[in-house]
Amino acid sequence: MNRRMDPTLVSLAAALPVLLVLGYALPDWLTFYLQVSLASGLAALAVMLQMRAGLVNFGQGLYYCLGAYAGGMSGHFLGITDALVLLLLAVVLSVAVSFIVGFLVARYREIFYAMLSLALSMILYGLLVRAEALGSTDGFNLPSTTFLGYAPEGQALREAGYVFTCIVALAIAAAVHRYLRSPLGAIGEAVRENELRVEYLGASPRYVVHLIYVMAAAIAGIGGVLAGISVGHVDPNLAYWTTSGQFVFIALLSGTGNVAAPLIGAFLLVMIRVYAVEYSPYTWQMILGGVMLLIIMFLPGGLWSLTRLRKKGGLT
Amino acid sequence: MTAILRSEGLHKRFGAVSAATDVNLSVEEGEIVALIGANGAGKTSYVNMVTGYLRPDAGRIRLGETDLVGMKPRQVTRAGICRSFQVAQIFGELTVLENVLIALAIARGGASSGWRGLSRPEWISASEEVLEQFQLAEHRDATAGTLAQGVRKLLDIAMATVASPRLMMLDEPTSGISVDEKFAVMDTLMSALRQRGVTVLFVEHDMEIVERYARRVAAFYDGRIIADGDAAEVLVDPDVRQYVVGGELHRRGGQGGGE
Repeated sequence: MNRRMDPTLVSLAAALPVLLVLGYALPDWLTFYLQVSLASGLAALAVMLQMRAGLVNFGQGLYYCLGAYAGGMSGHFLGITDALVLLLLAVVLSVAVSFIVGFLVARYREIFYAMLSLALSMILYGLLVRAEALGSTDGFNLPSTTFLGYAPEGQALREAGYVFTCIVALAIAAAVHRYLRSPLGAIGEAVRENELRVEYLGASPRYVVHLIYVMAAAIAGIGGVLAGISVGHVDPNLAYWTTSGQFVFIALLSGTGNVAAPLIGAFLLVMIRVYAVEYSPYTWQMILGGVMLLIIMFLPGGLWSLTRLRKKGGLT
Repeated sequence: MTAILRSEGLHKRFGAVSAATDVNLSVEEGEIVALIGANGAGKTSYVNMVTGYLRPDAGRIRLGETDLVGMKPRQVTRAGICRSFQVAQIFGELTVLENVLIALAIARGGASSGWRGLSRPEWISASEEVLEQFQLAEHRDATAGTLAQGVRKLLDIAMATVASPRLMMLDEPTSGISVDEKFAVMDTLMSALRQRGVTVLFVEHDMEIVERYARRVAAFYDGRIIADGDAAEVLVDPDVRQYVVGGELHRRGGQGGGE
């Protein structure tokens, strides 16, 4: 049977060689921003996943930070440096915490969901700030990462980290895309539309929200560990409310129409900020605010809505 | 004929208001039963108790041998009772096909699948069959929220039938539908439900609809069933004529709203 290839999956697959070529062609500072953007873009993707189910999480930094600290502490205290193992540990910790916390969070919707998420992330921030063993507000540095026994140094380490980040980010985006097109993903959208009908069709909206919360946590945790690997340092600011706000900003800027949107949006945000600081060092926040204002007023579906690739309600 | 639904001694109070007082109602397999009564008489409360939205203060509700009291709505659905609502409960931003596909995915246990696609050929053809039965095929790719009220009602009921219920409870299937459309909508949905062999219990204020489609009528008044039997007999019962049916529907105190 001749099956039509999924354009999003094809695009994500095609993006990998493009990103790898860019990694070698672009100056180091830009490659670094690209790498960090892919990491934070995953946290924004986690926010987007929840927005597709009608939930806004203002505390996604909780799991971004947990993932980063899981990787960081494993390297710093246990001497574990393999990127895949760090990734796995970040996922395990994020899933374990979100599974337990999810029993509480999944009971709430709208502003209560958003604020409860925010409160939880600020609790983690408060705990980390007071944890002197973890460097308090300064955080701590990570040892050099290894990749399945390969232990690069210097420029090779940066390049390996970049390649690893690209592969993981695109693989996660592809998996999320598959999920969104699955029955479970569709039911997530149905929960946003009408929980009562979902319940009377025989499914549990709370279970669906709980599951989405855990999946989002795992994705943000992976983003966090990739950020730690990219920067080589973790600190409590990863859980601070402004970090979480940035993920929501990216999701709104880029839109929820496609899994690639938050990854692109994260890079756009970084670039807007870089140039805003460059040309207007004292009013760059105003420029960011202006961009958000324009998006909300003229492109409420985010930048991705410009592509018009996703027809309204286009699950199928 | 065997009773598939048995409600015995149901009581439900909301503070000083009694929504159900010793309600006893059995529904035989294959019956089409109408629940009539003024607003606040206890019809929707009864439907809500059977479908798990409300828990009765006392009494038993059984579907076959299954005790339904204490079950969540989704568990009642899985047990074999589905329902529609006074206001159609659909997924407004999704297409008609997607609405039915989601219902099908849940009904077939595919809701736990986060990897295989929703748009499986076998699911699409099954959904299209449902759309045909409910005369919704022409709206297949329309966004559900843009549909006319009557079409939304049909979609709401079509989605509920996908789970292959033994008993379907329709809460005012013609409310909000124009006089011109109501018989067409009822013909379509009754024909589709008959094809599927579903027992039907519907709440209705419109006596023309009741007379035309119900074989049996249960009349509610003040949380009690004051008459239950053959439609032709119940509709001429003196108590029913006094409290429920007159020249037009009797509404105590002119109060509106659900019960």
